[in-house]
Amino acid sequence: MTLQERRSWTFLVVVVVAYVGYVIWVIRAADGGPIADVAYQKPLLISMGASMLAAIVIEILLAIIKPVSTRKDMRDEEIGRLGDYTGYSFVVIGGIAALLMSMAEWDWFWISNTIYLGFVISAVLGSLTKAALYIKGMP
Amino acid sequence: MVKPTKLTNSIKDLRTLNGLTQADLADAVGVTRQTVIAIEQGKYSPSLEMAFQISRVLGARLEDVFHYPD
Repeated sequence: MTLQERRSWTFLVVVVVAYVGYVIWVIRAADGGPIADVAYQKPLLISMGASMLAAIVIEILLAIIKPVSTRKDMRDEEIGRLGDYTGYSFVVIGGIAALLMSMAEWDWFWISNTIYLGFVISAVLGSLTKAALYIKGMP
Repeated sequence: MVKPTKLTNSIKDLRTLNGLTQADLADAVGVTRQTVIAIEQGKYSPSLEMAFQISRVLGARLEDVFHYPD
């Protein structure tokens, strides 16, 4: 497994865990009441920050525990590009959805969470694409 | 769905003939060992430049290393 492949898996796991943690926190905080009334801002920012920090920390730890070659070649770059390209579509979809929601004067809760969900789906889809290309191949 | 490549190669045979490991070839070409494995298994089609580099390291002509059916 190359560093880039391991990085894709790490990012995938970290993003999913952080998002699931955030969703569970919001549902619990709503406690049966209207979910849009939950003070989501701080947990959302913590979730995003924690996922980035965790990805860095895990990568450092893995580099110490099980070092792999840090060489990055053309195949890594092509897989990275294709994965990012696949994921970016959901950033755009999330952005457009949020734009329409703000025009329709939806609650900020839904607008923020739509954007965050767009980021998460983008990251998951991009990482899954990369992982699949590393395993199945990229002729 | 990833389309399988029609490109085949004799890298493994030529590499063995030259007494090279996958890691040796990877180092000589400047790619990861995983990329050499992927090329050998037909999971990745190298660029033309990389194909020339591989052929040169293996001491063979490009058409003797890589094959494409008519």
